[in-house]
This record gives sequence, C-alpha cells and structure tokens, in this order.
Amino acid sequence: MNKSELIEALAEKIDLPVRETAAITKTIIDSMSNALVEGDSIEIRGFGSFTVKQYGAYTGRNPKSGEKISVAPKKLPFFKVGKDLRERVDAEAKKKK
Amino acid sequence: MTLTKANLVQEVYQQHPGLTKAQATDSVETFITLVKDSLISGEDLLLSGFGKFNVKDKRPRRGRNPQTGDELILDARRVITFKPSGILRNKING
Repeated sequence: MNKSELIEALAEKIDLPVRETAAITKTIIDSMSNALVEGDSIEIRGFGSFTVKQYGAYTGRNPKSGEKISVAPKKLPFFKVGKDLRERVDAEAKKKK
Repeated sequence: MTLTKANLVQEVYQQHPGLTKAQATDSVETFITLVKDSLISGEDLLLSGFGKFNVKDKRPRRGRNPQTGDELILDARRVITFKPSGILRNKING
C-alpha cells in the first residue's frame, strides 16, 4: 500500500473528503518527521517507536572497487516494532500456513 | 522529548480548524489502524517522503540461548523492518 491508497482508505473510514484527508495525512507525517529532525523520539502504543541513532565516522570500502572511503558521522532513524504489532504480524503469517 | 499519539491528535486539531476534537482523534487513530492492518495482512507500506515499512519472512535458524549457551532452533517468523526515505535521512542530517 502506498500513501495515496492509504489516504483513500482513510477518507472513507473517517468520512471526510479525500483532499482534506490528504492534508491531515501530511500533518501526521510531517509531525513525525519534524520530531525526528529535532532529535526527539516517537512512541505510539501498539504500533512501535522511532528513535534517532547517532553513528560515528568510520572507514568503509566501496564494495565495487574495493577503494577505501571515509564515511562521515550520521544520524539515522530507527524503528522498533511494538510488541502487539510484532505478535500479530507473526501470528497472521503462521495462520496462513 | 517523545512524540505520542496525543501530540499527533493535538497537531491535527490545531492545523485543521474545520475538525472537531473527536474527528482529529478519529483520524489519527484510524491512520494508525490502517497502517497496522496493512502490515498485519502482509502488505508493505510506503509512505513517500518518510519511509517504507517492509514485511519480511525469516527462515528458521539455529541460535543460542545467550545466557546458557544452549543451542536451539529459532522458528521461521515474520517481521517488520523500516527503511527511512532519503528525504527523511537528509532532513535529519541537515
């Protein structure tokens, strides 16, 4: 599923026009992005949490040429799936077998 | 600081003056439910500009109990991974 499919499904469920639902979706995603940009974490019960991890500089290699390259320090968002969702995703997979 | 569902509701309520508090709450709750339902059904979810949630099937593998060192078989399982979009990564490092 992509964002526009999500927006359409959401519009139908909350009974609002697609245009307004798209704006609401943008607000939700922007709020989450902004929190991570600020270095804040996100915690949504039953879904999971996002934290920003800081990685130090290191010397890596270009996997194609084998050349050494220095990788600058960086921050990356990290998602940890919540227990409820983790269990339900796995349970559904096992049910289908 | 931690952003929670209540903060998201507040944000939607403030930025969309046409919505009642109940509608703001409903939209955030339903948004999260739809995201979860997609993943539970085994379907990946792409939120362009933010990232992609992937559903991956892991094969069974031998592992060890780190406390006792005993070998054990870890069952096949289905997990969710998140890959942040390039846009989000750049913003965070910007």
